[in-house]
Amino acid sequence: MPATASTMITVNGVRHELTVEPRWLLVDVLRDTLGLTGTHIGCEHGVCGTCTVLVNGETVRACLMLAIGADGTEVMTVEGLGSADGGLHPLQEAFREAQGLQCGFCTPGMLMIAYELLRANPAPSEAEIREAISANLCRCTGYQGIIEAVSLAAARGAVARAG
Amino acid sequence: MAAPPRTWIGKDIPRLEDPKLLAGRATYVDDVRLPGMLQAAVLRSPHAHARIVRVDASRARAQAGVLAVVTGEDARAMTNPLPAFCAEPVTQYALAVDKVRFAGEAVAAVAAVDRYTAEDAVALLEVEYEPLPALTDPFAAMQPGAPKIHDTLPSNLVFEKTLSFGDVDGDFARARQVIRRRLRWHRASAQPLETAGAVCRYDPLGQRMDVWSNTNMINFVGWLIANTLKVPASKLNLIPMYVGGSFGSKHVLAKVIAIAGMLAKRANRPVKFMEDRVDNLLASENLACDRYYDAELAVNDQGEFTSMRVQVVDDYGAYFQFGHGTHGNALAQVTGPYRIGSVSYSVQCVLTNKCQQGVFRGAGSDAGNFCLERLVDAAAQELGVDRVELRRRNFIHAARFPFKTPVGNVYDSGNYPAVLDRALELAGSTELARMRQEARAQGRYVGIGLATAQQRSVYGPTEFWFWYDTPGLSSAPESVGLSLGPTGEFVATMFSPFWGNSPETVVAQVAAEEFGIDPAQVTVTYEDSQHGLPGAGPGGSRMAVMLTGATVGAARKLKDKLARIVAHQFEAAPEDVVFGDGKAMVRGMPDKSMTYADLGLKAYWFKLNLPPGMESGLEARHTYDHPYLTLPSADRKDLGAFYPIMAHGAHIPVVEVNPETGQVRILRYVAVHDVGTMINPKSLRGQIAGGITQGIGMALYEEYRYDAEGQPLTGSFMDYLLPTAHEVPTFEIGHVETPSPFTEYGVKGGGEGGRMIAPAALASAVEDALAPLGVRIDELPMTPERLADLVETARARR
Repeated sequence: MPATASTMITVNGVRHELTVEPRWLLVDVLRDTLGLTGTHIGCEHGVCGTCTVLVNGETVRACLMLAIGADGTEVMTVEGLGSADGGLHPLQEAFREAQGLQCGFCTPGMLMIAYELLRANPAPSEAEIREAISANLCRCTGYQGIIEAVSLAAARGAVARAG
Repeated sequence: MAAPPRTWIGKDIPRLEDPKLLAGRATYVDDVRLPGMLQAAVLRSPHAHARIVRVDASRARAQAGVLAVVTGEDARAMTNPLPAFCAEPVTQYALAVDKVRFAGEAVAAVAAVDRYTAEDAVALLEVEYEPLPALTDPFAAMQPGAPKIHDTLPSNLVFEKTLSFGDVDGDFARARQVIRRRLRWHRASAQPLETAGAVCRYDPLGQRMDVWSNTNMINFVGWLIANTLKVPASKLNLIPMYVGGSFGSKHVLAKVIAIAGMLAKRANRPVKFMEDRVDNLLASENLACDRYYDAELAVNDQGEFTSMRVQVVDDYGAYFQFGHGTHGNALAQVTGPYRIGSVSYSVQCVLTNKCQQGVFRGAGSDAGNFCLERLVDAAAQELGVDRVELRRRNFIHAARFPFKTPVGNVYDSGNYPAVLDRALELAGSTELARMRQEARAQGRYVGIGLATAQQRSVYGPTEFWFWYDTPGLSSAPESVGLSLGPTGEFVATMFSPFWGNSPETVVAQVAAEEFGIDPAQVTVTYEDSQHGLPGAGPGGSRMAVMLTGATVGAARKLKDKLARIVAHQFEAAPEDVVFGDGKAMVRGMPDKSMTYADLGLKAYWFKLNLPPGMESGLEARHTYDHPYLTLPSADRKDLGAFYPIMAHGAHIPVVEVNPETGQVRILRYVAVHDVGTMINPKSLRGQIAGGITQGIGMALYEEYRYDAEGQPLTGSFMDYLLPTAHEVPTFEIGHVETPSPFTEYGVKGGGEGGRMIAPAALASAVEDALAPLGVRIDELPMTPERLADLVETARARR
């Protein structure tokens, strides 16, 4: 059997002490070990950005990071975005209003990118939004609805600026 | 006559699908977890063509955590060949039997406790191959004497035929001018961000197989999948999943289902097989057509198009899964929006050592539009006529609908000049031309593109077989169930899965319109195949029309029962009962009304208050068949109406080309579509923008490439380039609404138009930009390398 290691990761505010194989990807541990299937897998080679999560507040492709590499970090996934009672975050509401999604598969990753952008830059220009979301692929929308959703969220101050 | 006022149809309501998708709570197939579930991985062939001499799985089987290994020999014993929609004996198993026919073909599969262990075991599989010559060029592959890819066939030219309609030779003989082009439509792929996958659970005692998969046609081809899996059709249950994009690529998915199914049987445990991106790029079912066109357009003295001749060689890859269906598809609109009186279309389908074609948004009509619009632009150049004026001269007049095309397909309605006018107006065509002139004066290569093309919707299944002499299937239904519960709440049930579009929203908006309720009050659910009604599933831009038709049909049945209850209550006639504002009432008598909650309670709990003989409950189900399908004539001189719900679009992109680097920048993109009555303009906009984006990919970036040995050169997203937010402009989208006379509410399908028109429009734009150099665009994608070469050649010629 492959060797295992223990690691501690805080995900959406909950601390987890985990026994993992050193080769396990963060995305697999989130999905398979913790059951957080909102983070999706698109390419497993770091191009599509579907698996994007926040690690210590910065976006990371969870298919390129080993779970043991996330030891001691705070991870945020789409499940951590909404309110505790299951309500949508204002950023998600903006995506809904502007129809910034179709099949929904890239959406959790796009939300994470948008969240990171708005935390750093509460009033981004269209060019800045394009620059940020160009990290991730969407095969459905042509990006227009996503760009409008992020603009709408910014206009409403949906995401508080990072302190 | 003006359309009656509508409350919900045509309104931008937020989609019903969105909250769970936004919250990450929708269940896609990879999210399914069953007790004891194993994970599978697949060994793929490194050779494009080779005999399998020996497979040794002993080391893989011996690895800890491995519960099952299956090979081609197991596939032969445990499964039947994969479903194929062709008459020719082209046999395909989920795992290669005896020989491999393309690099990436599945050779063996392993089920283990997790994917890591399964992949470790795959690395321990030993296969001895005897390489055979690889055929990658269809013209070489079709030569007599070429090595055969399938021994069951006389040659690699698996099908050839010409269909001819009208006096083609006479029209060409009478033509003032014949426009000729040799065009290339290259191989691309749908590449939804979610790959294909399946979880299979087998009960050997009951012979029951449960399948969770992102296959799209659960209530259409389930019995074919049961046959592949060797289980009785009544004991196969396909469970609908949320699907992370399809674009035509997930119609059947028998490969992944058969692999997971075999392993589940062998391991006696549930097994998941989820393609990774490499699996998907190498070997899925999402490759589009790969065509070489020789095309001719006959033009008379008045500059009218009179006839067309099209000869196509299509490189199908190693198998013939959907037969020549995409050529049937192309015939639906082969003459486009133009009055072309006769046409001949020859097809040669060739097998080569590449992954087989499946279907991708456009399904062959995308290539047909490219071919025709290239000819029309060429005609404008060669005749010295303005390309807008030439199109106007040849458009079918708005007064001539329904219009029967030379092949026999019928166009239901349309107003092509109006769509073109709207596009020119949105683009500001006069100002644009001035801008181009100024740019050219500064030595910049700015071009304006134009394509005016059809986007057929609501496929008729005759397209799959009318190329043969014998007849085939003629059903393509879709069903919806509607129930009103004892608390007055509405539930709608669909029998095809969510595939990335807005089926829940469509059904809810139509039900809301029918009953005068808020769409948010409609709960929409999906039913699996064992409880299913007929549903051919998403494909051929059919779901908006078919779900609308099925919902209206179910609503009528439900209203019929409600009206009888209301009439009984108030001693009125059922035909005098009307529905609206959350209730049913006797027309003109507001005091004689019942809310849906009253009606629900009565129907479920007060049997003795119902009209005598009426059964309890309020449920109606309706199967809506194709709204307008006729059979082809026996001599195939008239193919019948098979794709008659005809939408249309006009695209005007503006580009700038750097002649030194060959880079194309899209400065603007105007698109106007007429898809009949719009249900939800905002979600339609998403379809159009997303489709154009895929068209931009087709025109500029995306291309499946193979080397001379058949090795794929585009095995990752580093090589197969999908457009990002940097590569697409802000689309300027407009609409014209010409309702269909044949569908409920006049709806037409709008799912494929963006991708069907954009490649032709962008080719036109780039050709226009490079017009000062005399560059001609006959081939896509217009990569920097290709354009720079064209510019260099053009300059050398001068």
